Amino acid sequence: MNKVYNNAEEAIHDITNGDIIMLGGFGLCGIPENCISALEKKGVNELTCISNNAGVDDFGIGLLLKKKQLKKMIASYVGENEEFERQLLSGELEVELIPQGTLASRCMASGYGMPAIFTPAGVGTEVAEGKESRIFHGKEYLLEYAFEADFALVKAWKGDRFGNLIYRGTARNFNPLMAMAGNITIAEVEELVEPGELDPNEIHTPGIYVHRIFQGTNYEKRIEQRTVRN
Amino acid sequence: MLDKNQIAQRIARELKDGYYVNLGIGIPTLVANYIPDGITVTLQSENGLLGMGPFPLKGKEDADLINAGKQTITTLPGSAFFDSAVSFGMIRAGKVDLTVLGAMEVSDAGDIASWKIPGKLVKGMGGAMDLVASAKNIIVAMMHTNSKGESKLLSQCKLPLTGIKCVKKIVTNLAVIEITERGFVLLEKAPGVTVDEIRNATVGKLIIEGDIPEMLI
Repeated sequence: MNKVYNNAEEAIHDITNGDIIMLGGFGLCGIPENCISALEKKGVNELTCISNNAGVDDFGIGLLLKKKQLKKMIASYVGENEEFERQLLSGELEVELIPQGTLASRCMASGYGMPAIFTPAGVGTEVAEGKESRIFHGKEYLLEYAFEADFALVKAWKGDRFGNLIYRGTARNFNPLMAMAGNITIAEVEELVEPGELDPNEIHTPGIYVHRIFQGTNYEKRIEQRTVRN
Repeated sequence: MLDKNQIAQRIARELKDGYYVNLGIGIPTLVANYIPDGITVTLQSENGLLGMGPFPLKGKEDADLINAGKQTITTLPGSAFFDSAVSFGMIRAGKVDLTVLGAMEVSDAGDIASWKIPGKLVKGMGGAMDLVASAKNIIVAMMHTNSKGESKLLSQCKLPLTGIKCVKKIVTNLAVIEITERGFVLLEKAPGVTVDEIRNATVGKLIIEGDIPEMLI
């Protein structure tokens, strides 16, 4: 078994035009920086991206937007990005906005081998339009399907050669869920270690879900809203 | 009439010992500054943290530690990190005792519109739809009227809805209002504000019973 790749370029070599890819992260926190740069460099197009946010103009998924590599974006919140707004309004980019918990649970369902979930989020709103619903214990729930993704690109703090992953702080967010949901899951880590170096009690994502792993480089870890107290 | 900080201060009086609380962006965030002494309130940040602390000191910012508004934050002793499915799991399962959020409009049936203005940029609902669909106790913190002076307390929301029949209480710059099956019930008026002023600023069905006390902040 060898899951280790040398770098992002090699790990994403077979992502092709039209693929559906999931990208972990909340805002710019915990995003797979190396994989995004490699996708930009590779110039792969017509991608459908599933990610909570769409980055900012010059970082994160914003880099792919700028190069017009996206066909469709599925996200819960897409503020803070002018290029995104321009492409949305001009009709160049297809956008599906879904509640954040629904996004998380549709990833989770996929990794749990469940085809769908029921959630009350969006009942009575335009999110419910065209969706099946059911009443449980007197309350209405929407049927939402598990995501299918060709690739999941996630970022972890530490990982071992077997693909076991540990995340740090709120950089965890969607990463473990998407890691479970990709047909092929590619993990980039700040620190790649040998099996046995990570405490099995502290693993967040068991290696079975991770197909490829590489040691990332030059992490910028940009802060979107630097806020301090006096 | 209250300013934004005073609205937050009034809402903080609703907090009880042991509460787990989710605070939305804007006025709700300010509630964290007024948690009464002597009680333990745990703040939930839906990007994956229980036990959110204040903003960090300059130089101590950590890119891996942010709140749902993407601001750098700190953790308090006894805090816990988790993924987004667990985060919305605890919200959906009704474990969060109080949710405070902003709104563009609220109807007298408790419907809320807060995420979209058609024709203008649509940024998305984020976690708001999940929160309002499941929270047991939702307080809306907002101004009573919009920038054009129009009431935000309506008989029916005009903007796209975030959720239906979910808001329990509204604290505005003018009043504290409870939402019941009969409509908006006026509980308290802000210092220096008359019941008539509140009536004139409210479009939805407003119920005024007996003497309305002035709110304590």
